[in-house]
Amino acid sequence: MGAAHTAPPAGSLLRFENVTVCFDELEALHQVSFEMRAGETRVVLGAAGSGKTVLLKTALGLIKPDAGRVFLFGHDITNVPERDLFDIRSQVGVLFQEGGLFDSITVAENVAYPLVNRKTHTVPASEVDSRVQDALRFVELEHTLDKYPSELSGGMRRRVGIARAVVSEPPLVLYDSPTAGLDPITANTIMALIAKERDTQNTANLIVTQRYQDGQLMANFRYNRNRGYLEPVSGNGDAAGHGSNSTGTVFMVMKEGIVVFEGTQAELEASSDPYVIRFVPKYS
Amino acid sequence: MLDFLKSPVAAIQDFYVLAGRAVRNIFRTPHYADDIALQMDVIGVGSLPIVFLVSFFSGVVITMQMSRALSQYGATGQVGQIVAITLVRELGPVLTAVVVAGRNASGIASELGSMTVTEQIDAMRALGTDPIQKLVTPRMIATCFMQPMLTIIADFVGIFGGFLIARLSLGLSTSQYWTNAYEALKYNDIVQGLLKPLVFAFVISLVGCFYGLRTSGGTQGVGRSTTTAVVVSIVWVFMITALLTRIFVNLS
Repeated sequence: MGAAHTAPPAGSLLRFENVTVCFDELEALHQVSFEMRAGETRVVLGAAGSGKTVLLKTALGLIKPDAGRVFLFGHDITNVPERDLFDIRSQVGVLFQEGGLFDSITVAENVAYPLVNRKTHTVPASEVDSRVQDALRFVELEHTLDKYPSELSGGMRRRVGIARAVVSEPPLVLYDSPTAGLDPITANTIMALIAKERDTQNTANLIVTQRYQDGQLMANFRYNRNRGYLEPVSGNGDAAGHGSNSTGTVFMVMKEGIVVFEGTQAELEASSDPYVIRFVPKYS
Repeated sequence: MLDFLKSPVAAIQDFYVLAGRAVRNIFRTPHYADDIALQMDVIGVGSLPIVFLVSFFSGVVITMQMSRALSQYGATGQVGQIVAITLVRELGPVLTAVVVAGRNASGIASELGSMTVTEQIDAMRALGTDPIQKLVTPRMIATCFMQPMLTIIADFVGIFGGFLIARLSLGLSTSQYWTNAYEALKYNDIVQGLLKPLVFAFVISLVGCFYGLRTSGGTQGVGRSTTTAVVVSIVWVFMITALLTRIFVNLS
């Protein structure tokens, strides 16, 4: 390591520096660099197999990069042994593609899992039940406490997954294809929940998806706490989150492990790259 | 040139890494006592009926076969000795291991395999739990604890099966059979009869976990790793018993 590495500035939640990940001969990620700041929403678009999920798992240290560096909350997690990662990871919420729920335990136990099984920041036992209730009420599934994940529908499992991801109130939440395989109405409900979570807890979100509509919703709607529903934001701010009501949503498009686009929604829609515009519906 | 050796060598290396971590976790917190107890129930108590049946009938068969051979020398009375030695030294440990490999190496591999393909293992890591600590170590401890117990039960049930034949069909007296069986066993036999199941348990549980955690390729992959886990663990059981027998034969 000859080059001097400047630690990322405060406020940086997640930072990729020229990250490359290989599986055997195949490059799943190629020289990926970006930085996420507090309160930012980042939508990663890409076809199946473009490396979106790998990107997300690399961000958590579940996959080790073959080159480059990953910083999570300012800590370099690139070569940290697994045992020391648990502490940092507990500040990140994750929704896995199919929910990733443990099917041998009940919904309530699943949601309680991050609170009970962490080594540090453990929550007092008396608080766990109420926190679980709150999280499940948030996703409107408080009646499923004693059910098993296999008894739930796909959309409900996804919602339980969201409850589990946010129960510990992490400042950063990663969503892996939250709407994959769902009908459009359920998909919308899920995205509305994610937007609601973002705007009630002020979390930063990294959302990996194939659907442009998901990003559009995140970019153009805010949850109104007082009225209790989503409403469109007035005027679209730039990527830095300027503008009074802007969601500060950044779009990223991936193609075969390479980031081919990074910018705001307006820039995305104005793009002339034939691969990038495939994600943007023509009606607008 | 030797590229075809790459993947088996890498697999062996991965297996040793897994084994090392699983053993190291015995001495590290947190300990999941509930999971150990649950696995002991599944692996130990759950295997009892089939271990009973298999060992009982193998005792019966050995007695019947041996009585024919022994009658040529007029030594039918010595059948207890042969049953005891065969079972305690070899068949008890090996048959139990084959049963446990068939039941539990497959069970472990398919359970962990399904968890792997549905991202539950990743979820576990992401939520701050070491899957080796939570899944592999409890299964290893439970198997290592229960396998010798099962073997002791298998030895006894097998000798008892032999006794029924000796008493009812060969007309030996109760004390003749049991005294003969008891006196045939040396300290060396007991040690190898209890050391083997311990080693088998270690291999069976870790092979099951190893193939389970390596599963890829959806439901089909789960089936594949289950089959591989059973085949590989049974092959290892027979190779290890040959090796250990060689060592103990030299010792006596």
